[in-house]
Amino acid sequence: MASHPLLSMQAIDKRFGVVPALRASFLEVEEGEVMALIGENGAGKSTMIKVLNGFCQKDAGEITFDGRPWQAASPQEAQRNGISTIFQEINLIPFRTITENIYLGRELKHRGGFLAWRRMHEGARRLLEAFGVDIDVGAPLGQFSTAIQQMVAIARAISFEAKLVIMDESTSSLDEQEVQVLFQTIRRLKAQGVAVVFVSHKLDELYAVCDRVTVMRDGKTVAVASMAEMDKLRLVATMLGRDLAEVRRQGATAFSEAARPPGAELLSVDSIAVSPKVKEASVSVRAGEIVGLAGLLGSGRTETARAIFGAEPHQAGRISFEGKPQHFADPRQAIAAGLGFCSEDRKHEGIIPRMSVRENMTLALLPALARSGIVNEREQRRIVLRFIKDIGIKCASAEQPIRELSGGNQQKVLLARWLCMNPKLLILDEPTRGIDVGATSEIQKLVRRLANDGLGVLMISSEIEEILEGADRIFILRDGRTVGQMSRADASEATLMAAMAHGSGDAAPHGGEH
Amino acid sequence: MKRAHVSGAGIGVTLALLFLIIVGGWRYDGFLSSYNILTVLRYNSMFALVSLGMCFVIMTGGIDLSVGSVAAMTSVVSAYLSPYGLLPGLLGGVAAGLCAGALSGFIIVKLRILPFIATLAVMLAASGVGLLLADNQSVAVSYDSSFTSLGQGSLLESFQPDWVGGDNANWLGTALSLFFNFPTPAWLALVAYVVATVLLNWRPFGRHVLAVGGGEEASRLMGLPTDRTVFLVYLMSGGLAGLAGVILASQFGAGQPIEGVGWELFAIASVVVGGTLLSGGRGSVLATLAGVMLLGLIFTILNFENGMGWISLSAYWQSVIRGAFLLVVVMLQSKLARPITA
Ligand SMILES: Nc1ncnc2c1ncn2[C@@H]1O[C@H](COP(=O)(O)OP(=O)(O)OP(=O)(O)O)[C@@H](O)[C@H]1O
Ligand SMILES: [Mg+2]
Repeated sequence: MASHPLLSMQAIDKRFGVVPALRASFLEVEEGEVMALIGENGAGKSTMIKVLNGFCQKDAGEITFDGRPWQAASPQEAQRNGISTIFQEINLIPFRTITENIYLGRELKHRGGFLAWRRMHEGARRLLEAFGVDIDVGAPLGQFSTAIQQMVAIARAISFEAKLVIMDESTSSLDEQEVQVLFQTIRRLKAQGVAVVFVSHKLDELYAVCDRVTVMRDGKTVAVASMAEMDKLRLVATMLGRDLAEVRRQGATAFSEAARPPGAELLSVDSIAVSPKVKEASVSVRAGEIVGLAGLLGSGRTETARAIFGAEPHQAGRISFEGKPQHFADPRQAIAAGLGFCSEDRKHEGIIPRMSVRENMTLALLPALARSGIVNEREQRRIVLRFIKDIGIKCASAEQPIRELSGGNQQKVLLARWLCMNPKLLILDEPTRGIDVGATSEIQKLVRRLANDGLGVLMISSEIEEILEGADRIFILRDGRTVGQMSRADASEATLMAAMAHGSGDAAPHGGEH
Repeated sequence: MKRAHVSGAGIGVTLALLFLIIVGGWRYDGFLSSYNILTVLRYNSMFALVSLGMCFVIMTGGIDLSVGSVAAMTSVVSAYLSPYGLLPGLLGGVAAGLCAGALSGFIIVKLRILPFIATLAVMLAASGVGLLLADNQSVAVSYDSSFTSLGQGSLLESFQPDWVGGDNANWLGTALSLFFNFPTPAWLALVAYVVATVLLNWRPFGRHVLAVGGGEEASRLMGLPTDRTVFLVYLMSGGLAGLAGVILASQFGAGQPIEGVGWELFAIASVVVGGTLLSGGRGSVLATLAGVMLLGLIFTILNFENGMGWISLSAYWQSVIRGAFLLVVVMLQSKLARPITA
């Protein structure tokens, strides 16, 4: 068996135009093995996967799967032949029901050729039940939270009876309970002899499920090892290509620069209600302070943030900014007052895919960059190049369309979009989702530095660690209500988790939150 | 890279356009005569204006089905105003077009109705208003005022020195005569395209148009004036359709409430042939102009072909041929544009 791995990719080359994305990289996966695939943003993980599943074609290299040479013309074909992929960005159809999304392309039919709806609903329900998700499979997918949608994507992939399931950052939008459920599924798959390739930037997760790890850097495979041999520091060092000692010295926390005492109150939100989820949310942020907004998925964090920013109307309660009562009718007004909001839904609410990195970063700034009505491109370029350098955005040039960037680098462009507007208050919704460890700490450092210069930050994060280390104060939201507030000194992982869940029974993934 | 991308979008049409010009010039006598060139330009100016508006609408991811009937309606309005002179006729017609565009914009932005439906409603309404105003017949324009000079005249005609022109002139003479006899409506279209190019590439408004088409929610959260942008785009389309209607009345000497049928399809075709994406977010003004010229030329060539008398193509066959040619150009376009963006 050892001589015949299930999957073997050797000497894979792939370039996009002149940019080499993969250079003689390799990947081997044994039957029933869970292989972690890690690397910095833009290292080539997603490209490696796309080459395998036929999303794009390799320039050179050998692939064998299940003992035979492998060649897939499209992800659909790969799926039929035993390799299922769950993409980094969910690719399902929001208007169609969950059942349809699972059975699309291989619908069950009656003998006469008509759709066997009942059997499909039944099958969909059973599949999801295996994940501990019990929801109305006849409802449109778009009504459900990202986590549920992610589960549906996974259920779909698994239902193809795959020999190899690839998960490209599938956990980035799940909360801890849901991650646990996913891990159980992975273990079950493994027990059935199904192999899994698991891409994630959350290194801790890897130890829970993965057997081995493949590390990529700059388009090359730089290490393969069993998880047991690699402690986290060594993993980070290999990934970044740095010295182990140096990584150890820097430590894990990146918000390390000491916080200054905060200034005057910047934002105060008093018991706002946002239909349908948020009932009584209150937060406040002072200048120079990083405030964390913690809560489980579905607790209404994003909705609260959107209401503050004027992206959604609120029905009750008061918001005041810089001491004045405010009721922003749309984001435009909020931005004019000095707010910024970096959304968690990068694909739909963040990037404008066909536009360049430069334009994605500076569109909102254009009126300010226009001299007598004509956009000053030189100034625009100067700002963009500065940010590309400052936060290390990996792109071929400022003119590259943003959709060609790796997921993490897109996120960095979006952050830069707000930073270059010099806001007084910045709302960050999952700011480091999908960003590699190195860049995460760069961003956290940057946020702290800006806060020390007087920026107020409201940060939503599903990562307890990020909240605990980053926030000076933490507000806890549960079921649309602010249920508590902690200072950094009082908060610990245990107290925070307890407050977030508060012993309530519905901690398991739940859907149908219309 | 952005520049390369935009011109990449126009390569297919431009090549096809050159091909037609060369074939036409080689095959037909008088095809490249200044008379023919000027006639083609004069006639197609209306379409150029309407297509320009459509181009902006489509770049936001929308569609404007009302342009044809708006032009028909404004031709009637301006015909009624023509006795008062050129300016009242012109302004009245454009204003009527702006009203229609504002209505579409309002319905789309404020009432949140899909552009397809909203402009379909405005199309029906404008057509009705035109017929009502004109009492179901064409309305003769006044030849006493200078109104007809807009559609029939040439702006710089009176400046033409005596030595220019003449039948056996050299190329310089021909060029100068083309310049001095350049039709007024073609000047209008030319100015509109230049302004629009500047607007699209160097003004925030133009970038907002593409941003809204490329991702409306992302644009809104960025604080871009999405509603205003969409509204302005329909307003612009209405205004340009209005201008086209004025030219129509002035060129043919009558307000024509039943003209304009199918103009929207002509405009959409020109825009798409020019490589602008129907889904929004990408587009080129100059490629649209090339698209208009291309469609116009196919029409002219078919006329010449009929005129040679060897084969006689009915209007129906002409339509089939135009459709097939369009398809070929669009395919050529996507083939040529791809390697440049990759
Ligand atoms: N369609 C494309 N055109 C041009 N360049 C591309 C394209 N897709 C990917 N790239 C480039 O290839 C490189 C590898 O990208 P890839 O998406 O594989 O990274 P990744 O390891 O998955 O990163 P992340 O962790 O951020 O998702 C990046 O530099 C990216 O800019
Ligand atoms: Mg990736």
